[in-house]
Amino acid sequence: MERITEEQIRHVAELARLELKDEEIRHFGEQLDKIIDAAQQLNELDTENIAPTSHVLDVRNVLRDDEVKPSLPREEALKNAPDQQDGQIRVPSILE
Amino acid sequence: MEAFEYSLKELQQQLHSGETTVENLVNLSFSRIEEVDDQVGAFLRLDKERAVERARELDRQLKQDEISAQDALFGLPVGVKDNIVTKGLVTTCASQMLKNFEPVHDATVVEKLRDAGTVTVGKLNMDEFAMGSSNENSGYKLCRNPWNLDHVPGGSSGGSAAAVAAGEVPFSLGSDTGGSIREPAAYCGVVGMKPTYGRVSRFGLVAFASSLDQIGPITRSVEDNALVMQHIAGFDERDSTSADMDVPDFLAGLTGDIKGMKIAVPKEYLGEGVDKGVREKVQEALQLLKELGAEYEEVSLPHSKYALAAYYVLASSEASANLARFDGIRYGVRKTEDNLLDTYKKSRSDGFGDEVKRRIMLGTFALSSGYYDAYYKKAQRVRTLIKEDFEDLFLQYDVVIGPTSPTTAFKIGEAVDDPMTMYANDILTIPMNLAGVPAISIPCGLSEDMPVGLQIIGRHFDEATVYKVAHAYEKAASHNARPQFKGGAQA
Repeated sequence: MERITEEQIRHVAELARLELKDEEIRHFGEQLDKIIDAAQQLNELDTENIAPTSHVLDVRNVLRDDEVKPSLPREEALKNAPDQQDGQIRVPSILE
Repeated sequence: MEAFEYSLKELQQQLHSGETTVENLVNLSFSRIEEVDDQVGAFLRLDKERAVERARELDRQLKQDEISAQDALFGLPVGVKDNIVTKGLVTTCASQMLKNFEPVHDATVVEKLRDAGTVTVGKLNMDEFAMGSSNENSGYKLCRNPWNLDHVPGGSSGGSAAAVAAGEVPFSLGSDTGGSIREPAAYCGVVGMKPTYGRVSRFGLVAFASSLDQIGPITRSVEDNALVMQHIAGFDERDSTSADMDVPDFLAGLTGDIKGMKIAVPKEYLGEGVDKGVREKVQEALQLLKELGAEYEEVSLPHSKYALAAYYVLASSEASANLARFDGIRYGVRKTEDNLLDTYKKSRSDGFGDEVKRRIMLGTFALSSGYYDAYYKKAQRVRTLIKEDFEDLFLQYDVVIGPTSPTTAFKIGEAVDDPMTMYANDILTIPMNLAGVPAISIPCGLSEDMPVGLQIIGRHFDEATVYKVAHAYEKAASHNARPQFKGGAQA
C-alpha cells in the first residue's frame, strides 16, 4: 500500500460505520489503493476553469403547494422496524 | 411457438379476441419459470397467489368490456427488479440487509404499470444494491445467462434481462446507474433502454447513485420497449428530479424510415480493448444502417477514457451517502450490541456484501476531509467535460452509435474479485449516465454463439429518435436466434 495507509482505512471504516476484520482491512486496502491509483488519471486534465456537474438537468428548488395530505399511518411506518415499543422505535442506550 | 415469442401488441390482440386469458398468460409465465428458473436463477421471489387472483379480476373486467384498446399493456405479466419497491411484496435489493423488508408503498413505475393493467409475477435477481456488472454480487443466488449457463447474464439487472431472454416474462423493469440495463440486455440478447435522466420517476427505486440512476424497460423488441416506456415515463411530483416535460408518442416514429439520419461513431468506442467479434458485428450494423439511407462518420469523444474513473468516484460517493440509511434501526436486519454505535457497525458489517462495502469505503474516502476536492470535486468537473463532449456531437448528429460492451458475456467467476477488471466492462455505458443522455442496447448478432449488443445514444429527452433508429435496424436485420441453455447444470 502506498497511497492509503492501514490507519487511514481504519479511519474510513469508522466513518462509514463498518466493522472490518484485520484481513478485510488489508484486502480492501489493496483494492482501494488500486482504484484510487486509477482515479489519479483524472489529474491529467486541467479543470481549473470547468464548473462541476452535480446534476445533469438544470432543475433547482422544485416547490409545490403546502397542502395537507394523508401521511403514512404510524403502524405502517413502524412495520419494518426491528425493535419497537409503545408505537416507537426502540434502540440501545445512547448514554453511558 | 412459445407464448412470449409474441409481441406485446400480439398478446394484447389475443386477449381481446378471446384466444387467451390473463390467467392463462400469468400461468404460462409461472410454468415457464418452474421449467427453467432452477437453471437460470432470474427470480428471487414469486408473488403467485396475488398474481393469479389479480389475473382473474382482470379477466372479469375484460369480459365485461371495461377495457379499451388503448390499454396496451393490459393483462401482461411483468417481472420487477428487486430494488424497485412493491407494496406488500418483500424487496431486498438482493441484500441480506433487507431480507425481510416489506415495502409499505409501490414505486411510481409499479403504480403506473398496475394502472395499465399489468400483473407483477415476482422480483428479479440483481447485484446487491445494483453494484456490479455480472450479477455475481447477489446476496442470494447466482443468475446465469440463458444462452450459456456457464456465463454471467451481466448486471446489475441480470435477472431482468435473463428472465426476458428465457421467456419467463414478456417484459421486465431494470435500473441503470452505469450500464445496469444495457449491459445485461446486450449479454442476454434482448432490448434494454436507459432513458434520459429525469424521464422516468425514481420514486420507490432504492437509491444507489441518485444523480445517475434511471429505471427502464427490458423487452424482446424495440416496439415492445417503446410501448412500455410510453407507460412509465413522465413527471412525478414525488420525485423532484423527474422532468416536467411532455412525453411524446414513442411509437409514432417506428416507420423504418431513417433516410438522411446522421450517425456519429466515436473511434474511442471501437478501439483497443473491444473484442474483434464485437467490433465486426457493430461494423456490420453500421453498414446496414447506411444501406437504409443513414450516414455515418467517425468522430471523437476525447474525454471517454476518463469516464470510468470519474464514474467510480462519483457513484461510490453518492452510494456511501445513500446507503448510510441502512443502519438496522428503522428497517432491515438489526444486530443488537451494547450501544448504538456498535449496533450500527455490526448490522452494516453483517448485512452488506463485499462489493457494497468496497464502494462505501471508496465513497467515504473520496468525500472525507482533505480528499473531497482532489477526488469528488475533480470527478464532478470531469463529468462536465464528458457531458460537453456529447453536447458538441449532438449539434451535428442525430444519434451516436457503438457497442454496448467491449466483450460478450464472460464466464462466471472470471472477474469477480478483481474490481478494476470488473469495472472495465462498464466503460462503454458509463459516459451516458454521466451525461444523462438516453441510450438503448439492441441485439446485433452473435459472436462465438453469444449475443452482441449495439448501443444507440440520443440527445437529452430524444428517446423517440433512438427508438426510431433501433427499430429500423431491428426490422432490417431480423436477427432471430434464441437462447440455447448450453452448459451449466445440464452439461
